[in-house]
Amino acid sequence: MRREMPLGLAQRGYTGVIQHLSAKDAGSALSDIELESRLIELGFVEGARVEVLHEGLVRRDPIAVRVDNITIAVRRREAMAIIVA
Amino acid sequence: MELPLLHLALVGTPNSGKTSLFNALTGSRQKVANYPGVTVERKEGFFVTPLGRQVSVVDLPGTYSLRGRSPDEEITRDFVLGKASGEILPDLVLCVADSTNLRLTIRLLLELKRTGRPMILVLNMFDIASRRGVSVDVNRLAKELGVPVVTSIAVRKGGTADLLALTDEISAKIPAEPSENTWRALSVAELRAAQREADRIIADCVSLPARPDTLTSRIDAVVLHPVGGLIVLAAILFVMFQAVFAWAQPLMELLQSGFDALGDFVHATLPAGLLQSFLQNGVISGVGSVIVFLPQIIIIFLFILLLEDFGYMARAAFLMDRIMGGAGLHGRAFIPLLSSFACAIPGIMATRVIDNKRDRLTTILIAPLMTCSARIPVYTLIISAFIPAKDIGGFINLQGLVMFGLYAAGITSALVVSFLIKFFMLRDYAPAPFMLELPDYKVPRLKSIAIGIYTRAKMFLQRAGTTIFSMMVLIWFLASFPQPPAGTTEPAIDFSLAAIIGKAIAPLLAPVGFNWQIAVALIPGMAAREVAVAALGTVYAIEGGKEAAEQIGQVLATKWSLATALSMLAWYIFAPQCASTLAVIRRETGSWTWMAVTFSYMLVLAYAASLLTYNVAVALGAG
Ligand SMILES: Nc1nc2c(ncn2[C@@H]2O[C@H](COP(=O)(O)OP(=O)(O)OP(=O)(O)O)[C@@H](O)[C@H]2O)c(=O)[nH]1
Ligand SMILES: [Mg+2]
Repeated sequence: MRREMPLGLAQRGYTGVIQHLSAKDAGSALSDIELESRLIELGFVEGARVEVLHEGLVRRDPIAVRVDNITIAVRRREAMAIIVA
Repeated sequence: MELPLLHLALVGTPNSGKTSLFNALTGSRQKVANYPGVTVERKEGFFVTPLGRQVSVVDLPGTYSLRGRSPDEEITRDFVLGKASGEILPDLVLCVADSTNLRLTIRLLLELKRTGRPMILVLNMFDIASRRGVSVDVNRLAKELGVPVVTSIAVRKGGTADLLALTDEISAKIPAEPSENTWRALSVAELRAAQREADRIIADCVSLPARPDTLTSRIDAVVLHPVGGLIVLAAILFVMFQAVFAWAQPLMELLQSGFDALGDFVHATLPAGLLQSFLQNGVISGVGSVIVFLPQIIIIFLFILLLEDFGYMARAAFLMDRIMGGAGLHGRAFIPLLSSFACAIPGIMATRVIDNKRDRLTTILIAPLMTCSARIPVYTLIISAFIPAKDIGGFINLQGLVMFGLYAAGITSALVVSFLIKFFMLRDYAPAPFMLELPDYKVPRLKSIAIGIYTRAKMFLQRAGTTIFSMMVLIWFLASFPQPPAGTTEPAIDFSLAAIIGKAIAPLLAPVGFNWQIAVALIPGMAAREVAVAALGTVYAIEGGKEAAEQIGQVLATKWSLATALSMLAWYIFAPQCASTLAVIRRETGSWTWMAVTFSYMLVLAYAASLLTYNVAVALGAG
């Protein structure tokens, strides 16, 4: 069993499975409910496989994440709400 | 008995091919491109089914849910829920899915079912799915979802035959009283449950290949590399702006000599007099001087269309997100801003995908600073008259480089303005999140590029034939009347209304080095920026006679100082005058204030930039 961590801290090449969402830890400009809804709407739900494919230049942000079979760009700040292992 | 019109609506996640399907069904030419958020308006079209049923179909912006988070998504929500005023509910909703990526659409479909509207699930892009080895048990999927399912290939001829047949079959048995609308915004728990349910159904009915699209991952390895990706982006933009100058030249010369020949012909066949002057100076050298820029405009559109169809735009937004964030811009602003290089109007419309109000407003305010294609004629005219066509380092053209510099100046000033807006007005600014799907690359389709270019070229020519033409008639009239008294030795134009008006404004513009001819040209330039070129063409043609009519560039080179030319270029980086852009800003922000703000800040910047450029140039001896 791997240790749980927020996707927002993952390096390029990381692969894992989403354990749960925790919007209150993300510090996003969105409300917790809104952030969680948006993440789910983009397919970030428990059990989905994720892989960090690419990183931006400035503070390695944003990241391009493979979620099952689509690629989504998110900022690390919002990705902090996605707990993976 | 004639059956009533059947109302269809196209709903689905962004980039699933709704507009392609709309075009295939109705024979329209709405804009299709490979990034999420292309359609930002509702569009209605009509067709007749194989069994002869009259159908109205509405194309809607893509959405992940019915919550309506941004202005474009609200349009879809309101239409589906029948909230838009005077709107009838669709009889049948076509839920369009990208077959390679069903998760999000199936969840959306589960949500849509609650609206009670009859529905069909359209598995679009089935060609790509089959090629990748995705296989779907269509019958089982239909049973699990409780809605009919049909496959489609929107971009292939005949790819919608099954859908048409099914529409006929279903429309025959739509109940008069469809079930009730029980939709309300889903709670987080309901959303999660819906996604779970969707994933379960997909696991049962769809078998996915193990490997993702390898081509996309190979290209992305280069294009999304943190450093390499930015170099690629800069190179693409550089080549694009160089090309506008370098590649178009031969074609433009061809067009120019065509218009010259036409002018000569008119001059030779018609007796000297008002009609000859009107046709030669007003129509041919005026409108013609704008039409010669068609090749350049086609080139810039070609580049943008290729990038859009290939799937690069979303990547560029990804690369630029944090960099633009430094200037207070959101990553999603990149695509609207890049389309503003073609024209600010679609660019401003495209800001509807930005959900945060302040981010959207900032983007709208700076979009007109992107060098739109209407400025190309002005830049080109002045550059070719004043900048020598030298090669630097063997392959970079000096004129092209200056052009690139002007584009860069536009971009830089946009970033500075946005930074100032953030700094002074939106202090308490918490950055809105950036979340964007990066679609798989697609080979640009020749036909859709050709159609894209054709529609843009047609629009440009139509404008030349209407707005620009009528402005030219006006300018010609002002520059020709009243006629000089008999026996005078001064140039005829000095007695005209144009000279009177121009000389009245000229003192205001004298500090930036503009003469009265420029002052006159700037006014009709309000209708469309490129009219300024045409107006200069006409004014100098009437003033200078036949030789001047042919070579407006050479005339400028003798009449203007280099300082005036540079000042004019600086003016046009900002040039607030474009009535249609201002009207769109007013509509999209819903406020006269923001329109006035845009106009005034650009006017102030234009004046300041010209003043600075002119005085520095004069000080350096270019006066
Ligand atoms: N191969 C293939 N490509 C398709 C098909 N349908 C659409 N496309 C391509 O998919 C991309 C998106 O198509 P659009 O019609 O713009 O998608 P949309 O759903 O209207 O997108 P939005 O307006 O952004 O929501 C374009 O590049 C199309 O050429 C299809 O059936 N097969
Ligand atoms: Mg569309």
